[in-house]
Amino acid sequence: MSSPPIPVEEPISRTEGSQSPVIVFEDVSIAFQGKQVLDGISFRLPRGETKAIFGVAGSGKSTILKMAIGLLKPDAGQIHLLGEEITQKPEEELFELRSKVGIVFQESALFDSLTVRENVAFRLMEKHDLSEEDIEARVREALSFVELEDTIDLYPSELSGGMRRRVAIARAIITHPEVLLYDSPTGGLDPITSTTIIELIIKQRDVYKTSALLVTHRLQDAFIMATHYFDRKANQMRPLPPGEHGEVPMSFLILRDGKVILDGDAAELAHSKDEYIREFIS
Amino acid sequence: MELTSPTEFARETVQSVQEYSSLAARAIAGLFRRPRYFADIVYQADLIGFGSLPIVVLTGLFTGAVLALNSAHTLQRFGSLSLIGQLVSVGMVTELGPVLTGLMVAGRNSSGMASELGSMVVTEQIDAMRALGTDPLKKLVTPRVVSTVFMLFFLTIISDLLGLIGGAIVSTVIFGMDLHQFWSSAWQSLVFQDVFTGLTKPLLFGFIIATVGCYYGLSARGGTQGVGRATTQAVVASSVFILLVDFFATKFLMAIFGYR
Ligand SMILES: Nc1ncnc2c1ncn2[C@@H]1O[C@H](COP(=O)(O)OP(=O)(O)O)[C@@H](O)[C@H]1O
Ligand SMILES: [Mg+2]
Repeated sequence: MSSPPIPVEEPISRTEGSQSPVIVFEDVSIAFQGKQVLDGISFRLPRGETKAIFGVAGSGKSTILKMAIGLLKPDAGQIHLLGEEITQKPEEELFELRSKVGIVFQESALFDSLTVRENVAFRLMEKHDLSEEDIEARVREALSFVELEDTIDLYPSELSGGMRRRVAIARAIITHPEVLLYDSPTGGLDPITSTTIIELIIKQRDVYKTSALLVTHRLQDAFIMATHYFDRKANQMRPLPPGEHGEVPMSFLILRDGKVILDGDAAELAHSKDEYIREFIS
Repeated sequence: MELTSPTEFARETVQSVQEYSSLAARAIAGLFRRPRYFADIVYQADLIGFGSLPIVVLTGLFTGAVLALNSAHTLQRFGSLSLIGQLVSVGMVTELGPVLTGLMVAGRNSSGMASELGSMVVTEQIDAMRALGTDPLKKLVTPRVVSTVFMLFFLTIISDLLGLIGGAIVSTVIFGMDLHQFWSSAWQSLVFQDVFTGLTKPLLFGFIIATVGCYYGLSARGGTQGVGRATTQAVVASSVFILLVDFFATKFLMAIFGYR
């Protein structure tokens, strides 16, 4: 796959306390219309790690991502984002914190009245402190990361599903956020496009060291992520030698009936005795 | 349709009123906090103002004309046809101009806002906006409120003027009145109270149209169907709300000016 070189990055400023986890859920519960969707779940996402979240449709995966940035409030429990407790914070105070997080929604959620350029630039334009040229340069940089520079003047409705997903990724990463939340980024895509997207996520993980939650229903996506690394020189992902699978910062979380039934690394997943999990990974 | 118990219904109603009030309050607060969205205000003003112009022109013209037509018959029986200018101008300026323009713009723009924001809700664009650090109330609702209030004010004035023109045409062409006589009766009968009442109402109605449209849009649930429902509800609610507020505003302003 041919692609432009990765732009050289200035070091990204990180929030205080680099060692503390970026996201912590403590005993979080939420119900919709009397139906308990999440029932006391806890987990933590250490800095630099990517955690893949699995569960059947309707198990509350998207709900977890939305709660992580305060778009939804849990009924009970605590959520810490970048060291701050967010469940009690009013909306106005969350905007600042959210600027350090990028999210890719399940259906991309691009603004359909704006062009690709305006979608990707949205965050920068809202800040009102950059010149037009700077914004244009950043937009092109983000779009070249997802290899979609030539769509810059199109509207989202003129793009395919996979392209929309990639634009959504570009929009999420343009400010180089510390945390990325991906909601089923490969859902409904063909295998080849899916692999392209997974490669982008691996690139983000290994090149920018971004922490991430990755919701997916495809176990093979997560396995690719656990067994590949991004080779900057070749600008593509490469399989890790078999002995080094534990080397990538990758963990897995499985939801069932509103509870976390597994939260661990690839080895823990592979050696789990739980029948549901065995069936899941087979 | 699902049956809900009276207490449940009351609870939901109270909650809706609370949510609506908080939206209206935050839309106003958005005016005073940065960032301000001038480009969005201008864009909306164009959409609401110029988009509604043809319908407002037609409504104004025909309302004035039919008002003259109807009242002329009654006035003729009492031999006081010369009062027709006064009747048309007071009727248009205090009541029909503001209310009919309000209802027209409600039909056009309240529904438009509800469907636009509703689609943004069900496709998660509103969540995306919040996630990108922008307050949808400030970015979407405040500009719509500002432009609707501003544009409805001028649309109402245009409608009033066209109503007078319609009335003048009917009075002169059909009833053979002197044009000069019509105009002087129309102008002289307008007192400050009438004009003040007539120009306060569009400010209230514009606020209602935008906030109700945005409220129903932002509370849309359940896919495309939900958006359709929100759209209809927005038109019905804003129209009813306009008529209610019209009555109370009229009563209130009369009390202030101390007549009747
Ligand atoms: N805003 C909401 N209002 C009502 N129910 C919701 C809402 N969001 C999610 N749900 C319900 O919560 C459950 C979990 O949803 P979701 O998190 O989207 O699941 P997943 O992403 O794992 O498929 C579903 O049953 C869904 O119907
Ligand atoms: Mg989902």
